[in-house]
Amino acid sequence: MSTAIESLVNREYQYGFVSDIESDTVAPGLSEDVVRIISAKKNEPEWLLEWRLKAYRRWLTMKEPHWPNVTYPPIDYQASRYWSAPTSVKPLQSLDEVDPELVRTYEKLGISLNEQKFLSGVAVDAIFDSVSVGTTMKEELAAHGVIFCSFGEAVKEHPDLVRKYLGSVVPYSDNFFAALNSAVFSDGSFCYVPKGVKCPMELSTYFRINAADTGQFERTLIIADEGASVSYLEGCTAPKRSTNQLHAAVVEIIALDNAAVKYSTVQNWYAGDAEGKGGIYNFVTKRGKAHTNSKISWTQVETGSAITWKYPSVILQGDNSTGEFYSVAVVNNMQQADTGTKMIHIGKNTKSTIVSKGISAGHGNNSYRGRVKVMPRADNARNYTQCDSMLIGNRCGAHTFPYIEVENPSATVEHEASTSKIGEDQIFYCKQRGISAEQAVSMIVSGFCREVFQELPMEFALEAQQLLGITLEGSVG
Amino acid sequence: MSIKNEYMLDIKSLRAGIAEREILKGINLTINPGEVHAVMGPNGSGKSTLAQVLAGNPAYEVLGGSATYNGEELLVLEPEVRAQKGIFLAFQYPVEIPGVTNAYFLRSAYNEIRKARGEEEIDPLDFLDLIEERMKLVEMDSSMLNRSVNAGFSGGEKKRNEILQMAVLQPKLAILDETDSGLDIDALRIVAGGVNALRRPDNATIVVTHYQRLLNYIVPDFVHVLANGRIVRSGGKELALELEERGYDWLLDAA
Ligand SMILES: Nc1ncnc2c1ncn2[C@@H]1O[C@H](COP(=O)(O)OP(=O)(O)O)[C@@H](O)[C@H]1O
Ligand SMILES: [Mg+2]
Repeated sequence: MSTAIESLVNREYQYGFVSDIESDTVAPGLSEDVVRIISAKKNEPEWLLEWRLKAYRRWLTMKEPHWPNVTYPPIDYQASRYWSAPTSVKPLQSLDEVDPELVRTYEKLGISLNEQKFLSGVAVDAIFDSVSVGTTMKEELAAHGVIFCSFGEAVKEHPDLVRKYLGSVVPYSDNFFAALNSAVFSDGSFCYVPKGVKCPMELSTYFRINAADTGQFERTLIIADEGASVSYLEGCTAPKRSTNQLHAAVVEIIALDNAAVKYSTVQNWYAGDAEGKGGIYNFVTKRGKAHTNSKISWTQVETGSAITWKYPSVILQGDNSTGEFYSVAVVNNMQQADTGTKMIHIGKNTKSTIVSKGISAGHGNNSYRGRVKVMPRADNARNYTQCDSMLIGNRCGAHTFPYIEVENPSATVEHEASTSKIGEDQIFYCKQRGISAEQAVSMIVSGFCREVFQELPMEFALEAQQLLGITLEGSVG
Repeated sequence: MSIKNEYMLDIKSLRAGIAEREILKGINLTINPGEVHAVMGPNGSGKSTLAQVLAGNPAYEVLGGSATYNGEELLVLEPEVRAQKGIFLAFQYPVEIPGVTNAYFLRSAYNEIRKARGEEEIDPLDFLDLIEERMKLVEMDSSMLNRSVNAGFSGGEKKRNEILQMAVLQPKLAILDETDSGLDIDALRIVAGGVNALRRPDNATIVVTHYQRLLNYIVPDFVHVLANGRIVRSGGKELALELEERGYDWLLDAA
């Protein structure tokens, strides 16, 4: 019977196609020259090139981290390409100019770049091989003063904002992958919501990797000015390829006084095949800085990638600020995930909530790693952590690594953890009521993830639930 | 009955076990529509094993014998197919499913059974009406609908929830495994009232219990005593009273 459950978790990856699109790529390898080429291709100002070069030089002195609970063969950073862009992407006057093949690619992914056809209420920045190919709903957003564009465009149009905030939350020296990203990042999304503005629609970045053997390095910068609020969604897919591809992105969020930012991710990068061949190495740094009375909330549903290494964090800088992290991480087959969060309480009365749900199936290995740090000045800081693991079958693993450092005696830190197995008894109970094993597994798993799913915006909640269904669906053996 | 196939359930020489141990050592039992059978016997005699084997729990292994349900070989069917064909087991130990609401669970089950019969899924609002009506039968509060299936329920709530599910799914053959255990007298009366209200000439009930108490409320047509994996005595409802008086030992000695 347990093999019957396991066969339920086998599925086909449905986004594994490759698009035939002409690309401009740089020869494999990494050097100062490559950094200069990237910067030149993007017509960047001198200060940004200097910043990249500093990052590159710093990166040379750093070592790849090996503390995560994941294993993989050494990455040859000289074998990867650091630039690939669809040749057809030039500064666009309108979305009608987007290469029709690209539009088709996104349509296959269920994302329409055509404004008329697009679901109302969501603006999309489509990133193809790390380059933004188009942003929808720009005019409507502009009417509210919201800036939502590609990173490259922001560097040109809003250099002061970029210069002020780039690296202010994740400095280039932060970690090995952040330094690498800072040196070679190609594009990404930029968002600025002005004072007091509640962004009138969801903003969304949709990442698609297409080119082979190309590292992907996007950078996202989100700034909510005083009293502003915004909800941001991120989705990602990649073709099936037999080699591993590195994705090392950086996301920085700044929530100024009284602002609120909600960042939701449904990560569905290609996970490799059942034997563990291919798949994306997703080594991502995401962090937000919350000023006085502000709130930053991360919600993630991680179903893809061969390896996930990711700790969306909040620096609770201002008094009364709030940080949240809601996560579902699913590993199947040979997938490995080491993910969690850091909540750094600096201000007084700061509050953080962590809800992590790890699901392991097949030979998958899932680790939760979280750090809650309460600094001496953070009077009355409060943290609540709930960390639940679910095992499907007998060959997978779940691990928890909570680190709690409290330097202020008035703090309250609570940690709850549980591990459960999808029981044969639960499946049988459902079957006895007429429900198939397949449906039972997806029902039990959705139930397990409920607290996280209800944090997702509506459109995404459905997508996440379906994705989980696909991930855990298959023929009954 | 002259033709065997007319039995709703016909169990012949059924042997079954778990973990390499034979527990049922040759059960013979026939049940007709409209009948209520009580299966009694001391703890560990194999009552739950019989119930689980009839429902198709894969943890148990059938070692020999046969069982037909409405003339069809039962023991080869998947558990959900048995359920779709009208077999319902009220579990001795109902299982918890955290995060899945009772309402959602019940509606899924209801729809699966309808689909298997070639009927359309029920409209969620119509279902709400149906379920609220059935909840009255077991005097359950509608707040239970939004709670996770059995999670954090008291023993009595779990048992009542089983009967609610039965009332919604309207089985042909219901097997109630120790539904009375852990119930106070009021709850017992409610549960029994629910079961009686659902009795119809075309459905049958197997009531597993080791107390006679429940049988004051659900009056059986037949009583069987299970001991050491065999039915050692069958009789009418008066057998239950005799057991109440004399205990099981005199039968065990005979077995
Ligand atoms: N999962 C199991 N593993 C091993 N033995 C079991 C298991 N379940 C039941 N048994 C044994 O089978 C016998 C019959 O149990 P059961 O059918 O539950 O009896 P009853 O319901 O009449 O009390 C008992 O001796 C019990 O210990
Ligand atoms: Mg029992």
